[in-house]
Amino acid sequence: MLRSRAELNAFKEKALTKINSIEKRILVCAGTGCVANGSLKIFDRFKQLLNERPELAVDLELQKEHSHQGVDAHISGCHGFCQMGPLVRIEPRGTLYCKVQLDDVVEIFEEHIINNRLVTRLLYHDYQSQSPVETQDEIPFYKNQFRIALANCGRIDPDSIEDYIAHDGYQSLSRVLFEMTPDEVIREVLDSGLRGRGGGGFPTGRKWLFAREASGEKKYIICNGDEGDPGAFMDRSVMEGDPHRVIEGMMLAGYAVGADEGYIYVRAEYPLAVKRLRHAVATAVKSGLLGENILGSDFNFKINIKEGAGAFVCGEETALIASIEGERGMPRPRPPFPAVSGLWGCPTIINNVETLANLPAIVLKGAEWFSSIGVSTSTGTKTFALAGQVAHTGLVEVPMGLTLKEIVFDIGGGLRDNKVFKAVQIGGPSGGCLTREHLDLPLDYDSLQMAGAMVGSGGLVVMGEDTCMVEVAKFFMGFVQNESCGKCVPCREGTRGMLELLNRIVTGGGTEEDLSLLEELALIVKDGSLCGLGKTAPNPVLTTLKYFRSEYEAHVRDKKCPAGVCKDLLDYRIDPSTCKGCGLCKKLCPADAISGERKEPHWIDQEKCIKCGTCISKCKFGSIVTN
Amino acid sequence: MDRKFERLQEIIESHEGRVSHLIAILQEVQEEYRYLPEEVLTYVATAMDISPATVYGVATFYSQFSLVPRGKYIVRVCDGTACHVRGSEPIHQALRESLELASGQTTTSDMQFTVETVSCLGACGLAPVVVINGDEVHGQTTKEAIVKAVKKIVSQEQQEENKNSSEMGCCQNA
Repeated sequence: MLRSRAELNAFKEKALTKINSIEKRILVCAGTGCVANGSLKIFDRFKQLLNERPELAVDLELQKEHSHQGVDAHISGCHGFCQMGPLVRIEPRGTLYCKVQLDDVVEIFEEHIINNRLVTRLLYHDYQSQSPVETQDEIPFYKNQFRIALANCGRIDPDSIEDYIAHDGYQSLSRVLFEMTPDEVIREVLDSGLRGRGGGGFPTGRKWLFAREASGEKKYIICNGDEGDPGAFMDRSVMEGDPHRVIEGMMLAGYAVGADEGYIYVRAEYPLAVKRLRHAVATAVKSGLLGENILGSDFNFKINIKEGAGAFVCGEETALIASIEGERGMPRPRPPFPAVSGLWGCPTIINNVETLANLPAIVLKGAEWFSSIGVSTSTGTKTFALAGQVAHTGLVEVPMGLTLKEIVFDIGGGLRDNKVFKAVQIGGPSGGCLTREHLDLPLDYDSLQMAGAMVGSGGLVVMGEDTCMVEVAKFFMGFVQNESCGKCVPCREGTRGMLELLNRIVTGGGTEEDLSLLEELALIVKDGSLCGLGKTAPNPVLTTLKYFRSEYEAHVRDKKCPAGVCKDLLDYRIDPSTCKGCGLCKKLCPADAISGERKEPHWIDQEKCIKCGTCISKCKFGSIVTN
Repeated sequence: MDRKFERLQEIIESHEGRVSHLIAILQEVQEEYRYLPEEVLTYVATAMDISPATVYGVATFYSQFSLVPRGKYIVRVCDGTACHVRGSEPIHQALRESLELASGQTTTSDMQFTVETVSCLGACGLAPVVVINGDEVHGQTTKEAIVKAVKKIVSQEQQEENKNSSEMGCCQNA
């Protein structure tokens, strides 16, 4: 139980001494991705090996005193390099072993831990030169990153409050409680230029000011962990990898606006995040960092955790509030804004996970430091979830204003399987597509908005030349149509109408009039919808129409899909030069569209072909081709 | 009280019947019954003193809730953007084919498997991803691999069933 600032500092010193006494620290990634690949078994094996060598093991439990140098094994949060998992990091050198299998554990232990020799075959090998890279920081994927929100992810044990405190955890809280007034905290955040990382990009300090000035005894802080954008997973990573940082961020917000209670709303699809957060809240309560008279001050704060139940619209502020109140998660018109009248009618601040995770660093290092990172109107860093057809998928936190090219090619290693870059979809279903001509576009709030896209939550899905942009637009429209809550007509009927038009276009029934109708409808939905879901739902359609119009035209005019994705627009042919006449396709064709004599080249009757694709998937000689 | 509702009452009481906990209550109830039967929804409404329409409204709003029985194994194919561009749809179709699901059908007639898609599981680095019963994650999977994994469960279940029926046979003989 920490009762004062001095006790927190003493606790930190003690935790640091222990950590510094560790000669080698084994950190096994226990993020969702690595766990799926068996990292917990790898961790258990390390633990078992350590137990067999008690002279090496060091116990981090603070109750126990010890004096010798030793080795310690812990789990860590997500490193962000999920594709290379399971990942094992060994400190102090920061060596990163990739794709570690259970059978590799003994070798790492014997070679690296006991004999101080690297296990070269498990190191990351450079994509181009194929030479091994020893430390995590030297890997191109990490080299250009600048980590604030993700600073501790992969470096500390998310289940250990000692570890967090040793890494300056709760120092910002102690600073605001004893050195700053709430107004000074708000001023600091305003000066830092921090803008909401959940999508809207509204200045965080300004939002706080509204709630600070709102009248009412009871105020709430809500952490929005309903990360519903398909293709984004940075919030999951922070909640799983550094849950105390989220808690500390909420307390800073609470102190600034005068709230004494907070809710963390986590989507149901993130069970591990829920588990880690619950554990973190419980240990913070036990340590006296949550509760009443925190660290001996007159500040009280408690945190509740609410699990979502699968509704994308609940990421919208007013819908999220309705969901916490136990109702259908439907948005309501604003104003009044939640900062004035939110949860149970009380002034409520809703901040995204990544926004909150930036706060401790801003308070500790100052607004000036933070605003020196990034570009003038978009300060600090942004975490992007790099996915799709890129060589290195994962989470990257970079200064705002890095160009698309630097992220996709320098950090992401370009496209996989030598594919040619065609587009990125940024910001999920609310965002838009960017093309080759945008490769030099700096990624910040304003530049992206001018290009018709948005930072959104930071999902960055890379697409190669074999992706059909019309089909991608249809995919997103299907998503928002399904997730539209049905309250307002433009969104409910408009998204359905757009989906129907897109379906018609990809199946070959579209006309040129459909394109203008689609555009018109998109603008109506954008203007007329009640909440952010509907207002941004047409973005993927509008940006693909703007940048890939010729592809749409090919679908409606020539009834062709240039990327070869839309099945109904493909013609299947048999290449007579490679067909062996085995007759397999003829036998399997459900429409009897294939004919030919045995051992002679076969052919497909286009009139009868239903384009089911059976022949192409079964032909052993690759003789069936599409246009 | 009907014994069937005893556990239900326990769940409601553990939340002190608070209306703001309705979603959490329904989540726990669904875990118990694997879906939300109509009489259960009515019971929840009466016990919490709210209208059945309110409970029904919440139960139908969130995609996590099911009002029809679901299979013992819930196979969720992630169809987030990253998984989609790496071919999640063919994987979904292959699963449906291997379990012989007719168009519009999501649960096998023997109530063993339910196949659904989910918007995004947040494991985009491992795309394409399929999750079986919430914790068995298959990352960077293929049609062949996932069909194999499901077939393995099918044969395990059959073995289990054979074992049970042979045990029952023994008892009858005795």
